[in-house]
Amino acid sequence: MSKKVLVIGESREGALRNVTFEAIAAANIVSDGGEVVGVLCGDGDLSQMGQEMVYHGAARVITISNPELKTYTSDGYSQAVYQVIQDESPEGIIMGHTAIGKDLTPKLASKLESGLISDATELVVDGGNVVFTRPIYSGKAFEKKEITDGLVFATIRPNNIPALNRDDSLAGSVSEKEVEISNIRTIIKDVLRKSSDGVDLSEAKVIVAGGRGVKSSEGFEPLEKLAEVLGGTVGASRGACDAGYCDYSLQIGQTGKVVTPDLYIACGISGAIQHLAGMSNSKIIVAINKDPEANIFNVADYGIVGDLFDVVPKLIEQIKEIKVNA
Amino acid sequence: MNIYVLLKRTFDTEEKISVANGAISDDGAEYIINPYDEYAVEEAINIRDEHGGEVTVVTIGEEDAEKQLRTALAMGADKAVLINTEDDLEEGDQFTTVKILEAFFEDKEVDIILGGNVAIDEASGQVGPRLAERLDMPCVTTITDIKIDGTTVSIERDVEGDVEKVETSLPLLVTCQQGLNEPRYPSLPGIMKAKKKPLDELEIDDLDLDEDEVEPKTKTTEVFLPPEKEAGKVLEGEVDEQVKELVSLLKTEAKVL
Repeated sequence: MSKKVLVIGESREGALRNVTFEAIAAANIVSDGGEVVGVLCGDGDLSQMGQEMVYHGAARVITISNPELKTYTSDGYSQAVYQVIQDESPEGIIMGHTAIGKDLTPKLASKLESGLISDATELVVDGGNVVFTRPIYSGKAFEKKEITDGLVFATIRPNNIPALNRDDSLAGSVSEKEVEISNIRTIIKDVLRKSSDGVDLSEAKVIVAGGRGVKSSEGFEPLEKLAEVLGGTVGASRGACDAGYCDYSLQIGQTGKVVTPDLYIACGISGAIQHLAGMSNSKIIVAINKDPEANIFNVADYGIVGDLFDVVPKLIEQIKEIKVNA
Repeated sequence: MNIYVLLKRTFDTEEKISVANGAISDDGAEYIINPYDEYAVEEAINIRDEHGGEVTVVTIGEEDAEKQLRTALAMGADKAVLINTEDDLEEGDQFTTVKILEAFFEDKEVDIILGGNVAIDEASGQVGPRLAERLDMPCVTTITDIKIDGTTVSIERDVEGDVEKVETSLPLLVTCQQGLNEPRYPSLPGIMKAKKKPLDELEIDDLDLDEDEVEPKTKTTEVFLPPEKEAGKVLEGEVDEQVKELVSLLKTEAKVL
């Protein structure tokens, strides 16, 4: 049964996040031949980004530009998107499971008294029902879940559902909608950017992670260099965070972030079960550790037994070399 | 101040997960307070110690959740409430949980509600924001710092590694993130005192709810374990050779370079 499905788009520093395109692809599956409608909130001219959503598979896009939507607030965005939901009466809603997605979608689901399936990594249409797969116990297990009543509302984990190829011959309307926004109860005073490259761990394709074996905050420098040549970002185990080598926002594991990059390089990480829960679903895992008995080798595709301070600089040189030759 | 904490009992993070009869097996499992809810308990106690008032810890679950409530009382919470759904509900989801909590809070005077930003088992992260919406309160998720001055509240929250500074006001619901505080261990006198602190038990009848009203909007049809990851190749030889081989494998076999 075909459905009209709304995709809530998300931008960061003037560009759409990749998970928005993945959400369009997911919405396309849910719609089962029905219409995929994008919605995008912000301030200023959003038509260019709206157009990008069309090129990635949205049939049409509604943009809402308002000074009150310049930065995300739950009250502002929920009012704006709620009005589009009222106008469009979609049968499905899909958004990325990002900081904004996690904050906004439960509020909307509660307002709509609907179900919500969070953090799906896979979805299929099975005899008219949409079946979502999602990790539980931080990826130690998975469940299949369906909405039993009404609106098919879900968030998808970045990096799991492939986006459709960009096709700039696709046509679709991008229209602007005026929305009244009032009573914003949380005022954003300031944002301190700590993530230098703007790549969030959950969206990163390559993660170089350090554990206690990194020994100090300076010890993260070679890891940062390796991440840089690979176009990735740096993460850490709880051990490294607890020891004060790095910020808790980098922590990967059962408490902390759960990540699924294409390549995960674990440096000086022993591989406690809580850490494995956060990263063992990465596509390719490389472990570098002095201890040949370290648990991390049990989940690694490739392992090097050795001192990370010896191995990592050599790895950087090798990768640079093949990049030059490529 | 009337301070409430939403608490969930979860598996210990050390637990290996196994599946039996289509569900997660809890055979012999050790339970803890969801680690993110522990930050909420700690912060609630700190807020009370600074501003006065009372901390009430609320959980929905089975009889066994009393143990985690007693732990929160031993940490320093004043009262606990167990909404026992063991006999009434076979299934539930976040809609169910919030419907029950909404009914619970209906006649309560609330200044602040604290919860974890996510539970480490089902990890939906929905309950806090959903409840705030039903109670018509502002909601700030993933907080790492909070200061209350009268009814003005200044908060720092973690947004994918960035720090957002937010100003809002009471009454308020917040969800807690790692980095907010270092939860205390219950002291021995704390544990002794906790035994005498009030722990009320309610059922959904007591909240004037029917089973129909809390019927979930989602259902789980299958639970399964991920394919066991096989140990891969540990490379051999001199470090230089290992590194060369690794890069070549990443390029040709794994195709990630």
